[in-house]
Amino acid sequence: MDTHIDYDPREDAYSKPLDKFDVSDPKLYQDDVWYPYFERLRREAPVHWCRESVYGPYWSVSKYKDIMQVEVNHQTYSSELGGIAVEDQPKGLERESFIRMDPPKHDEQRKVVSPIVAPANLAEMEATIRERTIRVLEGLPKNEPFDWVERVSIELTTMMLATLFDYPWEERRQLTYWSDVAICNVRAPESPVHSEQEKFDELKKMAERMAELYNARAKQPPKFDLLSMLAHGQATQDMPLREFMGNLTLLIVGGNDTTRNSMTGGLWALSQHPQEYQKLRDDPALVATLVPEIIRYVTPVIHMRRTATQDAELGGQHIRAGDKVVMWYVSGNRDPEAIDDPDNFIIDRPRPRQHLSFGFGIHRCVGNRLAELQLRILWEELLPRHPAIEVLAAPRRTYSNFIHGMRSMPVRIPA
Amino acid sequence: MPKVTYIESNGTEHQVEVPIGLSVMRGAVNNGVPGIDADCGGECACATCHVYVDPEWLDRIGRPEPGSMEESMLSFAAAAESNSRLSCQITMCEALDGLIVRMPEGQH
Repeated sequence: MDTHIDYDPREDAYSKPLDKFDVSDPKLYQDDVWYPYFERLRREAPVHWCRESVYGPYWSVSKYKDIMQVEVNHQTYSSELGGIAVEDQPKGLERESFIRMDPPKHDEQRKVVSPIVAPANLAEMEATIRERTIRVLEGLPKNEPFDWVERVSIELTTMMLATLFDYPWEERRQLTYWSDVAICNVRAPESPVHSEQEKFDELKKMAERMAELYNARAKQPPKFDLLSMLAHGQATQDMPLREFMGNLTLLIVGGNDTTRNSMTGGLWALSQHPQEYQKLRDDPALVATLVPEIIRYVTPVIHMRRTATQDAELGGQHIRAGDKVVMWYVSGNRDPEAIDDPDNFIIDRPRPRQHLSFGFGIHRCVGNRLAELQLRILWEELLPRHPAIEVLAAPRRTYSNFIHGMRSMPVRIPA
Repeated sequence: MPKVTYIESNGTEHQVEVPIGLSVMRGAVNNGVPGIDADCGGECACATCHVYVDPEWLDRIGRPEPGSMEESMLSFAAAAESNSRLSCQITMCEALDGLIVRMPEGQH
């Protein structure tokens, strides 16, 4: 952790008046102390109005079933009116993308890229992913501390991104950098950029580099990479600059950051639950249920936001047209009414894929099965090679209320 | 009790009794039939219980309502065809005794 916590989060969560609750504070996630605040919200104010925050007033939806209701009612809860994060993108610097659109435009653009993660294509990618995973794992040092995030999580997901975009291999770390720029909170000292303008300018450089590749591919016959698909897709040709930036950012962040953090968070969770780690070593077939449990437990996306298009009822509260409505996936995934013993990490749950981490409804994560595939291969190849990995300290987490990031985690593989 | 035949993409058949009132998705999940994931648990919110309805049965089953959530979710499913349905939206009744559905290569 970045900072020492000098208060008891549980005491604070239960003594603070509910009308002072503001779960959009990124510190709660950086310090990993959000649990009791949401426990109280779920019990006492499952649809909660925060009158004042850095991001303006907003509703917090914290229970699984209420989140599901928002997810499936995209006519009432728009992604387009105000975007998908509690923090609005600054006026004039908005970067549209299909995750921030409603039908019909959302549907048209999503369908351009979704074939890349269709089952047949995943089956084709599996051998490549496995071969690279093995190479990365066999290159890890023994009996000396190293950063799991840098050497494994970033390395593997960056390679995946480079493949998805057919991006020049030697330049691939650039993709990781842009991903970090895109998701960073510009107020955090460790962020790669420190103002929204600077963020925009860096992402514009990304767009320029991508445009060179995009333009070249537009002139070539269609092939199976994201840039070629965008260049040849009717709904994604001739996108204005900000929309081009937005869609590329979406694909880069969606295509690596969430999986990166699941690769780190999964090892962290196992290290904190040694009996589950042992269960896994005893029965490696449990990787099948381990993977969705990691994704639930880690919840790589903390929240998604919608904006009400009309007045509506939700969990007994009256939502007004124009209100900001925030679905806290971290909380829904810990709702005991939906998931048994949710605070425990249990690698052989009976219905492990019933979690909110990918969202539901028309915006459900398009790459969900690719993410699962990457994680499955990682654990399948890790167990026989490095059955025991010592985690030397808790991960350092990202200052963000949106991406549940882990920036580093020191580990050692016993010789 | 009415029976449903589920056919995996590799051709493996599973004949299962599904109680009236239960969804075709639930019939598969409760009996451990592989090939139907049903991530959302029957909320019509994920399209991972996608099946192809046998052409003989299509008239009795019908197609998703135009403009419905099911139609929308199916439009994002890989390899959706004109006989595609989400099996969580098909409720078992006497008239469906003998129903045959096929599963796609993968659900996502």
